[in-house]
Amino acid sequence: MIDEPGYSVISAVVYLLLAPVIGGLVAGIDRKVTARMQGRVGPPVLQPFYDVGKLFEKENPVVTTTQNFYVLSYLVFMVVAGALFFSGGDMLLVIFAFTLSHIFLVLGAYSSYSPYSHIGAERELIQIIAYEPMIIFTAVGMYMVTKSFFVSNIVTSGLPVILYLPGVFIGYLIVLTIKLRKSPFDLSTSHHAHQEIVKGVTTDFAGPNLGKIEIAHWYEYVFLLGVVYLFFGFNPLIAIAAIIVAYFLEILIDNTTSRVKWQLTLRSAWLVAGTLGIVNLGVLYYLRMVVAP
Amino acid sequence: MTYLKKSPWIIHYDASSCNGCDIEVLAALTPLYDVERFGIVNTGNPKHADIFLVTGSVNEQNRQVLINTYEQIPNPKVVVAIGICATSGGIFRECYNVMGGIDKVIPVDVYVPGCAARPESIIDGVVKSLGILEMKRQAMSEKKTASQMTAGDAA
Amino acid sequence: MQISQLLIFLILFPLLTAVFMLLVRREADRTWIVRISAVVICGVSLFLLFMAFDKGSLVYRFGSERIGQLMFVIEMLLAVYILYLGIKHRKTITVALILVQAGMLVFFETGLISAIHPVSNLFIDQFSIIMALIIGIIGTLICVYSLGYMDTYHQLHAEIKDRRNMFFFVMFVFIAAMFGLVLSNNLIWVFFFWEITTICSFVLIGYSQTPEATNNAFLALSMNLLGGVAFVGALIYLAVVDPTGKLFALDTLLTSGYALALVPAVLISFAGITKAALMPFSSWLVGAMVAPTPVSALLHSSTMVKAGVYIIVRFAPVLSGTPEGLMIALVGGITFLLASFIAISQSNAKRVLAYSTIANLGLIVACAGVGTYNLMWVAILLIIFHAIAKSLLFLCVGTVEHSIGSRDIEDMGGLIERMPKVALMMFIGMAGMFLAPFGMVISKWAAIEAFTAAPFGLVFITILAFGGSASLFFWSKWMGKIISVMRNQENVEGNIKTEMWTVLSILTALVVIVALIFPLISSMLIEPFVMNIYGETTRLAQANLTIMILMLALLMIMPFSMLFQRRDQVITRPYMGGRPTVGEMKFAGSMGTTRDLVLSNYYMRNYFGEEKLFMIGVLLCWGLLLIAGVMIAGVVL
Repeated sequence: MIDEPGYSVISAVVYLLLAPVIGGLVAGIDRKVTARMQGRVGPPVLQPFYDVGKLFEKENPVVTTTQNFYVLSYLVFMVVAGALFFSGGDMLLVIFAFTLSHIFLVLGAYSSYSPYSHIGAERELIQIIAYEPMIIFTAVGMYMVTKSFFVSNIVTSGLPVILYLPGVFIGYLIVLTIKLRKSPFDLSTSHHAHQEIVKGVTTDFAGPNLGKIEIAHWYEYVFLLGVVYLFFGFNPLIAIAAIIVAYFLEILIDNTTSRVKWQLTLRSAWLVAGTLGIVNLGVLYYLRMVVAP
Repeated sequence: MTYLKKSPWIIHYDASSCNGCDIEVLAALTPLYDVERFGIVNTGNPKHADIFLVTGSVNEQNRQVLINTYEQIPNPKVVVAIGICATSGGIFRECYNVMGGIDKVIPVDVYVPGCAARPESIIDGVVKSLGILEMKRQAMSEKKTASQMTAGDAA
Repeated sequence: MQISQLLIFLILFPLLTAVFMLLVRREADRTWIVRISAVVICGVSLFLLFMAFDKGSLVYRFGSERIGQLMFVIEMLLAVYILYLGIKHRKTITVALILVQAGMLVFFETGLISAIHPVSNLFIDQFSIIMALIIGIIGTLICVYSLGYMDTYHQLHAEIKDRRNMFFFVMFVFIAAMFGLVLSNNLIWVFFFWEITTICSFVLIGYSQTPEATNNAFLALSMNLLGGVAFVGALIYLAVVDPTGKLFALDTLLTSGYALALVPAVLISFAGITKAALMPFSSWLVGAMVAPTPVSALLHSSTMVKAGVYIIVRFAPVLSGTPEGLMIALVGGITFLLASFIAISQSNAKRVLAYSTIANLGLIVACAGVGTYNLMWVAILLIIFHAIAKSLLFLCVGTVEHSIGSRDIEDMGGLIERMPKVALMMFIGMAGMFLAPFGMVISKWAAIEAFTAAPFGLVFITILAFGGSASLFFWSKWMGKIISVMRNQENVEGNIKTEMWTVLSILTALVVIVALIFPLISSMLIEPFVMNIYGETTRLAQANLTIMILMLALLMIMPFSMLFQRRDQVITRPYMGGRPTVGEMKFAGSMGTTRDLVLSNYYMRNYFGEEKLFMIGVLLCWGLLLIAGVMIAGVVL
């Protein structure tokens, strides 16, 4: 349980203010490392901030004014969900809040009735349902290890969660690949210059709307890496190292694979969730029941 | 100082080009020239773009497409005509189907002649257009404050 | 006014209205009788809530041998009626089942219980209050809606015989029967009302008298009769085990210890499974969608099928921890999973709603079958939220169907422009089904947390994770379809009658209000009920409650951001690769042609197709039921 409400409010405010900065830096480092992997110089690390700054300087053409509402809701609920996580809230509620925010993005894409947006929205939904089981297993797995769904308890439990949940962690890496919109699972929209259905979900968003979507992505990065931290929470240094290694792995996978079809995405995500996730949790359950609680 | 100079996103359209200039444009994105270090990104979506790079000349088939794509780019925007075909029709100027350079249809800000235009010229042209982009952005925000002030006076 | 009088009133007053419905000649008379009746029933249900909510469980001695005999006579008459119809339409299974059931019933009434006079027949407790509220409020709202709906229905379908007197008669008889079902303590009475609801469903499904409707009506009838046979079997077992008839009282049976109560619990749960259309019996509910929409809303989503899960939830304390209970829970769970998958591949809106209903009923039964105190809490919460949201959605789909002439989701594109208010209500209804912080998600969240503490919980958590994802998919794509802005569409919602607007608005408001006040409902009604049975109860963490209320508040404020729109907002066309668009939804194709833009949702029929998944569900669930049956046979013998 959240012991000191004041502490959780402070964490939420810190998240609100710092997460875009950290997320933007992560995005910038991502582009730099990617460029170096491709033998290029790459943009400066602060480039994402310049990008968003520029986007807010453009005018805002929309297909329908409801798009403004959907994008704003996407951003607001993304912040709410992330703030909930960092203030130590219930992991499952955090997951559902994130789903709520993503649905707004999907609705925004649907509302413009353009073929690219529409297919992007369908694919985005497929991505969401591809990672949803696995992320629920992550939350349940953490509960089984630390006896609590509350992030504040999971972080302070001192247990080496990763040792109990190796399968779930690998499954979570797949979730990470999908959520970070990296190959091979970048179906619905992708980083710059990886077009397939033009820009998919974000096709009909321009200027400030696109800027808000980008900022929402930054908030999301911080949350996603925060979950990686939870696996290694018993030792903050190892945790940060794990985050760096995990993210580097993601960039590596992104640069060495190509996009797959949605059928393969859905099947592999569910199969991995099914086997690694359930087997890991099942083994844990059995050990608890039979060996020692 | 605007951020436009630091993060110009391009959309590249081949009007009726032989692809020579197009290849040179894409070459600018390769590790040898790497324009991404200036923050330039080749987005394929006009709604996300600032700079409209056009190669090839205008004919009846691509005339409307050019106009549509141009209109979908949010302000402020600049158009860079790459290659001599886009500038004036090039060696195909006298053909029955060619209307001429793209400035027959949309306003062009920078011309980059050449057949094919070299990557260095293209980069040079894009950098020149950044200055124009910034000027347009200034004009846009001045017009907005002006209209807000008149609205304030009227109210 | 005494509570017992209220209970009797609730059962008898709709019957009175029903009789009037048979006798009316003029449309205007029907309208005001239904309206007044609705207000009265609603009011009395709410009054019952205020009078009884803090009184715990109360049992009433009411009734005499006469009533029991009257019920028997009515049951026999109905059996003859069904027999006649079954023979007339040449439905051998129905004939066989009704003969078996009637035979068992005769044996039961004449042979076994001639000496029994069970007396404490009516009761009220918090769960019954909740069910009574659902029946009283939602049921009557749907009846009011039917006034306008059936009007348009007969205008559009001139070839169908106008039997509205009979229609409304049966609707109100049904409401009376539902009240009787949830307020009866005597299992014989429960069975009587159960059978009445079966007949009502049969009559209403076959309302249009087309061959398809008739066939589906008989399908529903035979499956429900199969359940009825099991129910009578349970009654016979109880009479044999205790000839004094004490065990017919539900409160006595539930507390009598699991050894005695398990066999009837499983048998009656089987009856509940058929009534709630879980697999392998789900086809009757899907087929019942041919009925007019108010029927689908009332019987087949919010009330009658809830009777099926209601009785299983009642028996949850008995099933809890037993292998038979686990089998039943797995039937529910597999139904939830597979029905959610199948719903992805359906484009007929009513079929999607039907499969979603089946799935959610399966989830409720899964919670009830495992039956820990946490899960009992979740099951009741699910019942409440589902009843409200699903009935709203059915009524909206009915309204949409009458305005645009189609019930296919692909034809509902751009509904936000063609029917803005209805589309908004559908949006809220759908949000209520799968988005945080609305009710169903709260229930699913609580279910996952509750299953972590239950035996074999991991299986159910897996089912919830995958099934929940599937339901997310089909709701979102439907939502996306109706909020697409296609421009220059004609607004066709002008000719919807006022009372239909009233009903839809009230239901929409209820979706939001119940999501806001559910902590109150929980602490006032559900927690005391669970505490009474299990001795411990769930309490949602205060912090979580605050956060959810905040989220809901935020969600309600966000749309107002659209009011602050800039005057210089640029409206542009959607990106179509730069192609010239001629008019809004056409673009220039090659060779000078003009093509229409048609965007359709993914249905993924190769993966989530109905036939294959249904087969799997039928096989698995029959297997589970047979295992449970064998176990029970072992207990009996």
